[in-house]
Amino acid sequence: MSILETFGLALQNIWASKVRTLLTMLGIIIGVTAVIVIVGLGNGMQNYMRDSFASLGTNQLTVMISGRGSSRSISVDEMYQLVEDNASLLDGLSPTVSVMGQIKVDTETLSSSVTGVGEDYLDMKGLTLAQGRGIQYADVSERRTVCVVGAYVAREYFQNNAVGQTLRVNGRKVSIVGVLEQQEDDMDEGGSDDCLYLPYSTASRFFSGGQVSSYMVTVADEDRINDAQTVLEDALYAVFGDSDSYTVSNMAAALETMNSMIGMVITILALIAGISLLVGGIGIMNIMLVSVSERTREIGIRKALGAREGVILRQFVIEAATTSGLGGLFGIALGYLLSRVATVVITNLTETAITVSPSLAAVAMASGISIAIGVLFGFLPARKAARLNPIDALRYD
Amino acid sequence: METLIEFRQVCKYYRMGEETVVAADHIDMTIQRGEFVAIVGQSGSGKSTCMNIIGCLDVPSEGVYLLDGQNVGQLSAKKLAAIRNKMLGFIFQQYNLLPKQSILENVEVPLMYAGVPRGERRRRAMEALEQVGLADKYRHRPSQLSGGQQQRASIARALAGRPAIILADEPTGALDSHTGREVLSMLQDVHRQGNTVVLITHDNSIACQAQRIIRLEDGRVVYDGDPHAPQAVVRHRPGGEEAAQ
Repeated sequence: MSILETFGLALQNIWASKVRTLLTMLGIIIGVTAVIVIVGLGNGMQNYMRDSFASLGTNQLTVMISGRGSSRSISVDEMYQLVEDNASLLDGLSPTVSVMGQIKVDTETLSSSVTGVGEDYLDMKGLTLAQGRGIQYADVSERRTVCVVGAYVAREYFQNNAVGQTLRVNGRKVSIVGVLEQQEDDMDEGGSDDCLYLPYSTASRFFSGGQVSSYMVTVADEDRINDAQTVLEDALYAVFGDSDSYTVSNMAAALETMNSMIGMVITILALIAGISLLVGGIGIMNIMLVSVSERTREIGIRKALGAREGVILRQFVIEAATTSGLGGLFGIALGYLLSRVATVVITNLTETAITVSPSLAAVAMASGISIAIGVLFGFLPARKAARLNPIDALRYD
Repeated sequence: METLIEFRQVCKYYRMGEETVVAADHIDMTIQRGEFVAIVGQSGSGKSTCMNIIGCLDVPSEGVYLLDGQNVGQLSAKKLAAIRNKMLGFIFQQYNLLPKQSILENVEVPLMYAGVPRGERRRRAMEALEQVGLADKYRHRPSQLSGGQQQRASIARALAGRPAIILADEPTGALDSHTGREVLSMLQDVHRQGNTVVLITHDNSIACQAQRIIRLEDGRVVYDGDPHAPQAVVRHRPGGEEAAQ
């Protein structure tokens, strides 16, 4: 009797008691579904994190100088020199000065983010211009009151014709020299396209305290970002002689930490969901034991007609594995369906675009585990069936 | 003639709690190939034990059972299953057909366990069904057939594997006398075609249809011979006294 025929027989028996089989499968179905959705949710969260961090840049280090009173500090030129001295690891530098203030176009007030930056900033960020020019060295050195605006500002307040126009930042007139390419698919107020860049010298002189205290540094090689961070920290320590006067933060490391935390939480949740698989397996064992009792006579007939113990054992194990395997399949289907539903629900409730994406590995594991559970928990009842004495089994009613 | 079944001092003991029950008490008998033998006895006479041993469903506690020259008592469960499959065709009182499968599938079961390929299996099963006149009912479930038809299906199942011995355990026990006679004459046909048939029954009138009767009482053979001799239907009492039944 071939495996295929045994499998056919198993399907026949399963079909003969559909409702019971479905109820038996329920534990497996719920377990597999839960594992898939939870792992999918974890994937979605990790992807979301990665995307948000990617827009911040994973090849970037952020340096914040808090200084040590006024006695020691580091000038912008010294920072540029520091980066140049470590050119093998560090690639670019731009001071960043964030400006708090009121921006007005005629009488309208904008809520755009305003940042003072160096001439390399747009390149370092990978931002491209749609119109006009970017911030140039001369703008920085001469503290020109010029700016580059995001696509949202250009569209909303200047009807896409912003270059050459002016706006006011804290009452001071600033002329627009360039417009950035649109970054997001849906531009919105407060989004990454609602922005305004000034030369950092201008920004610090006119709109904040005059000090430049934060920098963005890009690294030459993303894989050696940790080395780059160490070099930068060592150089700053040499200047300040104290590690409290500055902080160097690494987006990639933060992302990694975040991801491993999400991963851990998801693993624990998936394991908890996996308990349902165990319960499902016990359910299968239970129903297989009942089935063996019910079919004692059938087993007796089969043995009288020449079925070896191995054949009977195989028949019941395959039946259990088919039951749990089918449960696994239903679970996978349901898992995918619920993942879709969850994506829609999360998007609507939290307005964050987390896509619950079940991973193939989770699906493969879930189906593997569910079949293994069938084999494992089916074995005991199957052995009981195989070892039945044919004489007693034939007499059984 | 060729000896197919040989019992040499076969004993079978069962433990019932504290007591040991002797179900077969030093039985000696031989059955030749091509014979039609009835093993007769009241309940408790040991005929079921004999049938279980002949059918390789059980092994003797003592003594030797040679089936076609092979000592069955020393074989593993796996070998016994193979012998049941190849050498024996069972016909049971309760038909014992698999209820969820069609008649054809039922007849195929022994062939399936023998590893006969699907096509040939189907062909041989249909042949066997034709032989018992059920070829047109091959797709029916057992429950859709009458008792007589079910028993004919089980005869077909016993024949399909072309076994050396057809072992019929009270084949007419669940049937009315008319269908019982039909089934019996079918067994006689099976015998005439050259098969060895062993019939186990408590009913003398049925046993008389065989060529030879082996009568058991209390686990012992008390008569072995012509079914039409007066002693064949005589009830023996322990101690050797004889009385007409």
